[in-house]
Amino acid sequence: MRVYLAVFALLAAVQCEELFNGDQVLRIHVESEDHIQALKELEEDVDSVLDFWTHGFSTERPIDIRVPHTSLSAVKDFLKKNNVPFTVMINNVQELLDRETAEMVSNAKMERSTKSFNFAAYHDLETLYSFMDTLVASHPNLITKVHIGNSYENRPMYALKFSTGGVSRPAIWVDAGIHSREWVTQASAAWIANQIASNYGVDPSVTSLLGQMDIYLMIVTNPDGYVFTHTDNRMWRKTRSVNSGSSCRGVDPNRNWDAGFGGPGASKDPCSESYHGPYANSEVEVKNVVDLIMGHGNFKSFISIHSYSQLLMYPYGYTCTDIPDKSELHSVGTAAIKELTSLYNTIYQVGSICKIIYQASGGSIDWTYNIGIKYSFAFELRDTGYYGFLLPANQIIPTAEETWLGLKYIMEYVRNHPY
Amino acid sequence: MASTGDLEPTHYPARRAAQVALHYLNTHHGSPFRVFGLQQVHKASAEDVEAGGRKYKLDFSVTDWASGSAGPALRCSADVLFPRTERHSAPDVKLRCEALQQINRTAQEEEAFYQKHITPDSAVSARDIPDSYGNMSEEMQPFWRLARVAASFIMLRESSENTEFNMAQVASVTQQESSEEQLMLEFVVLLHDLPSQEIVQWKLLASWSPDRGVRVLQTEWQPRCPHATKPPN
Repeated sequence: MRVYLAVFALLAAVQCEELFNGDQVLRIHVESEDHIQALKELEEDVDSVLDFWTHGFSTERPIDIRVPHTSLSAVKDFLKKNNVPFTVMINNVQELLDRETAEMVSNAKMERSTKSFNFAAYHDLETLYSFMDTLVASHPNLITKVHIGNSYENRPMYALKFSTGGVSRPAIWVDAGIHSREWVTQASAAWIANQIASNYGVDPSVTSLLGQMDIYLMIVTNPDGYVFTHTDNRMWRKTRSVNSGSSCRGVDPNRNWDAGFGGPGASKDPCSESYHGPYANSEVEVKNVVDLIMGHGNFKSFISIHSYSQLLMYPYGYTCTDIPDKSELHSVGTAAIKELTSLYNTIYQVGSICKIIYQASGGSIDWTYNIGIKYSFAFELRDTGYYGFLLPANQIIPTAEETWLGLKYIMEYVRNHPY
Repeated sequence: MASTGDLEPTHYPARRAAQVALHYLNTHHGSPFRVFGLQQVHKASAEDVEAGGRKYKLDFSVTDWASGSAGPALRCSADVLFPRTERHSAPDVKLRCEALQQINRTAQEEEAFYQKHITPDSAVSARDIPDSYGNMSEEMQPFWRLARVAASFIMLRESSENTEFNMAQVASVTQQESSEEQLMLEFVVLLHDLPSQEIVQWKLLASWSPDRGVRVLQTEWQPRCPHATKPPN
């Protein structure tokens, strides 16, 4: 039916004519032989230019007829006179056609713009935000944009929520770009968002995952910092909050969480890249995420994406003491990394933050683990120091592709191990 | 906090010591067409030594970053001694790599590069290598590698058990007048220290020729503005 209408719309558009304005589609409820006779009479009357959408008359099913505007009153009178019951199914065929065409045009445009979003390039904040809107608009039944609050400089912070329904389903959190100079993370997260959206309904694993759980994906977790890396200083890491009594701005958002806050592995100097801030959750960017996680109450996994070093880590960072679940998380991590490496042979190491990279207090995954989100992990993506933060754009997609395999493994594991 | 005896090869104490050995390797064998990177630590151990230092024994593999990660790996072993003196002093490295002489010689490229830029009218000058987007022109690659090798002198000297340096970016390269048949290059480099996450800026003067390799003649630490905008010129 749709194709039929579409073809007509196309022809109409081509001829720049509104062919069906005022036309209606009537649904005839045939109840007796007399009704069938009446319809046959109508059919034989060639002058009425009736367009029967259903062929063959029987009392078993309704008969649909498109009636041109000019013949409407005559046909309705005839049907009434013969006591043939009918309903108006389409009130104005042209109107429906116009709406359909507009929808197709808009879909094509959206498809072009998500297809035309260059995943193999680094983009500014505005472009990333616009990409998010496009993605949401082209997957309205799967993705919503959640405004979790604003940054220090009042920029909106958005998480993409992938959900097929339910109320407060068990959920997985993924964030990227909490450290703004780690550009491959925001870029990979955009690719991954698109990947999840495209995989839903196609990939059985992703489809089953989203049938039971929600995914929250935050592509730009530190928007102020990200803008600053574009406008002023490519190496900016922290937030852009003003520190009282200091000319140095910013707090390390991954030293600001309430887990071993202020302990070793964070600095009390506002000028330091690892300054922990005046108190835990002092940074609004951190507070917004904390509030969302606490308010939701049903997150089962929290994964934070950083670069660089090629590591997959689990808690703790604030102490080198092993977590109770060390064995399990280490083997999940090891298996996830096996998937990641299988694609391009990129070597990753697995271990706790404190042992594998450095002791660091006030980190996000330590806090999430301590409030009971068992499957808390942090990635450090490519590379191992050759380009470091300045990873060439031609490595974005390979990085995103391999990371996705590791991430997917973890998500599937979380789905299969409810707690 | 540090343990004596065998170390976990994938954990940071072993890795940091191996990176120090890498810096040493690059100062001796790096060139515009060769920079080595750490592939993997196989075995590591550490022990405290008299006079309060700590010595790491390492067994690791390196690859030539210039030929991409697909390049062959070289097996190396090293002793890295971090002195524990009141004022920081450079670590001491003893290094052996197998088949160093047998790796692909880049003599031809080095000679061509040397001849092109030793001429009096060569006056290379560039900023931000790579740029913010990771772009680096083919022409700039040998200069980036030279900067990386020269920076290795600084990274080696400044390293301790509490640092892990990489070169984050070449802020600028300015060719100086050649001297004694050496290419003379002034670099400003940004170094990244992983544990502190600090970006440290150094200005340095380096010389190079195919015969003499890389020498660093002057280094100058540059303070960064507290509001941390673009580095001072």
